Amino acid sequence: MCTVRWQACLCVCAYGQHLAGNHIKADSNHREGRSCVRYKCSLMNTVLDVLHQRPGWVEVKEDGEWDFNWCDVGWLRENFDHSYMEEHVRICHFRNHYELTRKNLMVKNLKRYRKTVEREAGRLEAVKCDFFPLTFVLPSEYHLFVEDFKRSPGSTWIMKPVARSQGKGIFLFRKLKDIMEWKKVKICSSNTDCTRSDEQRDEAQVESYVVQSYIENPYLIHGRKFDLRVYILVTSYLPLKAWLYRDGFARFSNTRFSLRTIDDQYVHLTNVAVQKTAPVYNPEKGCKWQMQQLRRYLTAKHGTYVVEELFKDIDNIFIRSLQSVQKVIINDKHCFELYGYDILLDQDLKPWLIEVNASPSLTASNQDDYEMKYSLIEDTLHIVDMEGRLTGKEKRVGGFDLMWNDGPVFRENAGLETLGSPFQTANTHLGGVNDRKKQLRQLLKPFPGQKKV
Amino acid sequence: MMNEGSELSVTIAQIVQRLKGTHLHSQLEKQAKECLHRPEIRLESIKEDVRKFLRATGWERKLQNAVYRELHILPPSGHPEAPLEHTKEPLAYMRKAQASWEKRILKSLNSMCTELGVPLARKRPVLEQKELTSKWNEMGADEPDLSKFRPVYAPKDFLEVLINLKNPNHDHSDGLTARSHWGLIPISLSVRDVPQLREAYPELSLSCSQLGIDDHAHVPPDLFESEHIRIGKKVVDEQDSAAAQQYSRQGSPTGLRAQLWALILNITNDPEDVAHYEQLKAAVIHHDLLVDNLIYKDVKLTASNDDYYFVFEDVLYQVLLCFSRDTAVLEHFSYNSATPPKSYIQGKTGEEEFAVVYPPNVPLLPCQMGIVCRLGVIPFHGFSMYVAPLCFLYNEPCKLYSVFREMYVRYFFRLHSISSSPSGIVSLCLQFERLLQIHLPQLFFHLQEIMAQPLRIAFKWMVRAFSGYLSTDQLLLLWDRILGYDSLELVAVLAAAVFAFRAENLMEVTSLASAEAVLADLSTLKVMPLLQIFLFANVI
Repeated sequence: MCTVRWQACLCVCAYGQHLAGNHIKADSNHREGRSCVRYKCSLMNTVLDVLHQRPGWVEVKEDGEWDFNWCDVGWLRENFDHSYMEEHVRICHFRNHYELTRKNLMVKNLKRYRKTVEREAGRLEAVKCDFFPLTFVLPSEYHLFVEDFKRSPGSTWIMKPVARSQGKGIFLFRKLKDIMEWKKVKICSSNTDCTRSDEQRDEAQVESYVVQSYIENPYLIHGRKFDLRVYILVTSYLPLKAWLYRDGFARFSNTRFSLRTIDDQYVHLTNVAVQKTAPVYNPEKGCKWQMQQLRRYLTAKHGTYVVEELFKDIDNIFIRSLQSVQKVIINDKHCFELYGYDILLDQDLKPWLIEVNASPSLTASNQDDYEMKYSLIEDTLHIVDMEGRLTGKEKRVGGFDLMWNDGPVFRENAGLETLGSPFQTANTHLGGVNDRKKQLRQLLKPFPGQKKV
Repeated sequence: MMNEGSELSVTIAQIVQRLKGTHLHSQLEKQAKECLHRPEIRLESIKEDVRKFLRATGWERKLQNAVYRELHILPPSGHPEAPLEHTKEPLAYMRKAQASWEKRILKSLNSMCTELGVPLARKRPVLEQKELTSKWNEMGADEPDLSKFRPVYAPKDFLEVLINLKNPNHDHSDGLTARSHWGLIPISLSVRDVPQLREAYPELSLSCSQLGIDDHAHVPPDLFESEHIRIGKKVVDEQDSAAAQQYSRQGSPTGLRAQLWALILNITNDPEDVAHYEQLKAAVIHHDLLVDNLIYKDVKLTASNDDYYFVFEDVLYQVLLCFSRDTAVLEHFSYNSATPPKSYIQGKTGEEEFAVVYPPNVPLLPCQMGIVCRLGVIPFHGFSMYVAPLCFLYNEPCKLYSVFREMYVRYFFRLHSISSSPSGIVSLCLQFERLLQIHLPQLFFHLQEIMAQPLRIAFKWMVRAFSGYLSTDQLLLLWDRILGYDSLELVAVLAAAVFAFRAENLMEVTSLASAEAVLADLSTLKVMPLLQIFLFANVI
């Protein structure tokens, strides 16, 4: 099946090239699109399936020239700076995405952003930036941390390595003596700063950590803690253009939440990767709820108004976190990025930002998960639009809603009536109905080279 | 034949009897006494003024709701000379069939006892009681060895019983005809056909707006949804049971459903309800029942394996373990055709005596330390799915328990007992078959030909009122209407509508297994359009 497809693609490609020199100029409003897209992909999961099955897309191996690259961050780090990319080429990461996704850098950027907001717009506005728990970067802010630690005795803190994922290296503690051992190994004490050589210091600091105030009152559903995974697609930072995917999920911890067992890593961490190794994990279960299910559950419990306010607060997290790195990230028209945001709710239904992932897992845990991730990636490719089928004025593509376009995007179309009206609603539908197939049928023209169905 | 007037006074007397001594009664008396101090109460018109006061402060409404609830569960009135049994279930052969079915279940339970060497009931040692109390909120964390327990029965066993029902008045003299084997249910009960259903369910018609259809993403909310929600809020504010029930026919908004259902079922969470639940919880702590293991097993096999309900595992135990000890549920047997036979067992020490409901001629297993249990409802495979969707709406175990119990007592029990009630499973099965036979005869014939009797597939859906088969939001829309119309009839109609929807695919299959496969996944179905099309859009 694959070979036939491949050959068919090649035929189409060749024909297309013959016809129009590998471009298809749609009418003057549309971007130039390509009928044949050569892609590279370093992942072996759902992404590869989507790319394989996209009409007109052909995989190139190793050194071949490519138009599209779904690469991992390692490849990016090594090759981006040496690659020349023609105008039409697209790649799935921004060069310095880690400004947003590495915990220590994110904290730094958010803190700086908050200060700017406070200076420019006052305290009330700055309070809207208080969606990340009190965090200190170690070792540089160790002393600041200790000050704060002493001010709130008995509270729980969580230590996270900056660059690792999937819950590795994370632990909780309440007493400073619990991290004394760790500190000896990991941090240069201030006394030895001068005496250690640069090299030695670098080695010790290779793995920096952040220490964060642990949210002790998470929102529980029948005793279980969960966090939310939400997908955001950014196609440009300057100006900022970001899309929010309607589907997502709530990941449940397998065991009941209790502060008594700080050592029980399985309770506190809701990463699927960690839950997978927990003694009672049932792979069939998946421990996940679709976002729609969670939204309905919360609505049944708290009413529509409260839940709408909650989701507005969640939108706020996305927008402000992106704004905080807007000026730092090297904007590049070749780049787009699909982020996985991890959000935690507390008992007062306040959302907290836990983490942003530049490479959210696209491996599926079961059939439903596969379909969701397949659709997510497919819609991402629709938006990247190598084929030039979009006008650029769309507010919705499949399951993605345009959340920010150099300014807030509203559901209502702008007009004299809506000008200045307080009743504009944001163009986001997280956890809403995702009738993407129908929408795509109405929106998109057929693929170049395909007959209209 | 009693005339209407005396029938009414009997009903009133019954209701008054039931409400006497309840918390509501004492509250009303208290309110009436205290209001005497108020300036607007005058001696010469004291009765009227007190009534006015009670009305203005919402107490009359509370009483109305309570009366309304009693009317729901009152047994049908019958001839004054008729024994209660006969008014509960007028058809003798049905009574007999239910009695023998119950005997079979108890026998099966008994033999499980003997086989496994596990007592029917056992008092827990103090240490165990303490342990259970401390992990009351996380009973799901245990992984006890349940391999030797098997469910007492599964829906398909019950179906066999229904298929073998015999009406002794039925004349079989014309032998086997094509008609006599047209469908599985061999008895005739009066079931409604589509024209009658159209009259009975006008709110589901094409010209009437409702949730599940007119709140679709593409429909502007101003057309129906916003107004419906506004009315719903008013109904909740008014605290009117009857209004809530009527309202629910067009669906309950997600944000109001919990309150509306509690209103319809008149769940007031009075101190007596709380106390009752605490008592049951204490009973669970004190003794361990064989039935508990069946409950554990059922929850582990069904709800815990479900993508959405697994979160609710702990609270399901808290509800079901209490439920199995709740003798107040037994009072629903007063309108169920089943009469649990009673027998008393004395404790070895003579100190602990409980009534056990047990047929006297079934050999009894001597229970440890003489404790025997009050056996109420014996769960079958899938029983926990009656509770699981409710966990979506209610958080506190006590309230969840009250809601579940009321729903069981009004509706769910009819799905697994033999009676002639129009909401009973026998009628539902018959109605399902009739609807298919009349409106999709070709399909029915085809399925029968390939030995894929439709009822064999649909039965498991109906027994559970579709819980676990539909997606939760759709299920709740269906249950909105069950509450709204106070009838399970739509369960049968929906089953027929599902077959109608997938008729094309079903006509192509050639085996029972393929037919099952076509109907295996109902999670994408939208309930209200299916019902609406089947009832109102088909050419009759």
